[in-house]
Amino acid sequence: MSTTTAVDRAALQDKAFAVARTVTDPEMPMLTLEDLGVLRAVEVDERGHVIVSITPTYTGCPAMATMRDDLVRSLQDAGLPGATVRVSLTPAWSSDWITERGRRSLAEHGLSAPGRAPARNGPVALSLMPTRREIACPRCGSAHTELTSEFGPTACKALYRCTSCLEPFEHVKEI
Amino acid sequence: MTDHVEPASHPAPDPSDAHGSVYDGLLGGDPSHWAFGTDFEDPLAGVDTTIPEGVDARDLATYCLMLADDALIASQRLSQWTSRAPDLEEDIALANIALDLLGQARLLLARAAAADPTLVPALPEGSPVPPEDALAFFRESGEFRNVRLVETDNGDFAVTIVKLLVLATARLALLERLASSSDHVLAAVAAKGVKELTYHRDYAGRWFLTLARGTEESRRRLEAALAVVWPLQAELFATHEVERRVAAAGVGVDPATTADDVAVVLAQVFAVSGVEQPTQAALAGVQGRQGRDGLHTEALSLLLAEMQVVARAHPMGRW
Repeated sequence: MSTTTAVDRAALQDKAFAVARTVTDPEMPMLTLEDLGVLRAVEVDERGHVIVSITPTYTGCPAMATMRDDLVRSLQDAGLPGATVRVSLTPAWSSDWITERGRRSLAEHGLSAPGRAPARNGPVALSLMPTRREIACPRCGSAHTELTSEFGPTACKALYRCTSCLEPFEHVKEI
Repeated sequence: MTDHVEPASHPAPDPSDAHGSVYDGLLGGDPSHWAFGTDFEDPLAGVDTTIPEGVDARDLATYCLMLADDALIASQRLSQWTSRAPDLEEDIALANIALDLLGQARLLLARAAAADPTLVPALPEGSPVPPEDALAFFRESGEFRNVRLVETDNGDFAVTIVKLLVLATARLALLERLASSSDHVLAAVAAKGVKELTYHRDYAGRWFLTLARGTEESRRRLEAALAVVWPLQAELFATHEVERRVAAAGVGVDPATTADDVAVVLAQVFAVSGVEQPTQAALAGVQGRQGRDGLHTEALSLLLAEMQVVARAHPMGRW
């Protein structure tokens, strides 16, 4: 491949980013990887090769490989074959990185969006009482909700129940 | 290093195959969707794995194995609760915690392999097994560096909770310090791990309190569990020679330096729960050797036999 000029690279980078930002999370398909805060960078090297960096939400996130495959395939379909997907481990993902659009999308699909992630100064404090959150039911809007389980079907979600409409729902945890 | 196009890890069945399959229509001819959870060929792809100055590569790799094996074996044990926990919520909680620990183990094993490839068991020519899997599935029990606490049987729910409380408290204290390691991978794994260990410890602490203040029977079981688990906790804070050297190099953490902080947290849980500080003596090593030296109980051999059997039967297998 001939050396890509700076102008070409910038155009290529724009194009690659436009594609990468449309790829959705395999487990929460109402969210793009960009809205989830998992898409960290889209770069183009001097040979015109696309390099995408993603970060896991949780260390054991089993969806990373699917995200990688989805990114590579989407870029290939858009005429950008052979993209490299890299893992970015630092800084560690925070639920604060979920965008406003992402939060609206979660709510529209019946999921409760996370509040602010806990800030930490000094040693991590032990908490022996159940986690308390002020959460409104994403279906009926009632503030009367109760925690069913701090752990849910994926690492990033807790289970709640609305005591007004009685519907169960998932809450994306603050981390 | 040359760039390469990622090969599909899971070839889809040929749709033109006369026999076909009921799943053909679901595939849409896209091999990348054949199996959910295909492996990332290199979990550290793009991560800076340069070995920091002043540390021996073998020491760094061995230290990574210690941290990885604690997580891997604890994860395997916790997974054994799947489908048999006291209720569905705890089943899911323990599986979630096991998954976090497995993720930490995978990165740490990959880091160990990158630091010193000579530690990775040899596999047949052309085997697609990645180095972190070779370390997990093809080492003998004597090559595992985990503390004995994590390998012992789950016992009843109380034993599992006490083991998890001790492990999570000690590991959290360690990773909080390790986040400033001069090794980029260890620092990143630690910083992320702190967030996860925080709720592992809270989960175990809450159940400890609940069992202690619950019924006579739950209290009896909790006290019995403490007596079983306590002799195993001291090993977490016994400094191994490798730990001493990596700590001196600014890469690792001497676990003895975390002992006081861990004791304070555990004392807090005991006080709130109205449980007396246990006094059982530490489980002895054999001729000075403990889990970090590769000296283990029979429980590890049995656990490994189950965990490794399929991988060992198919060293050329793709998953």
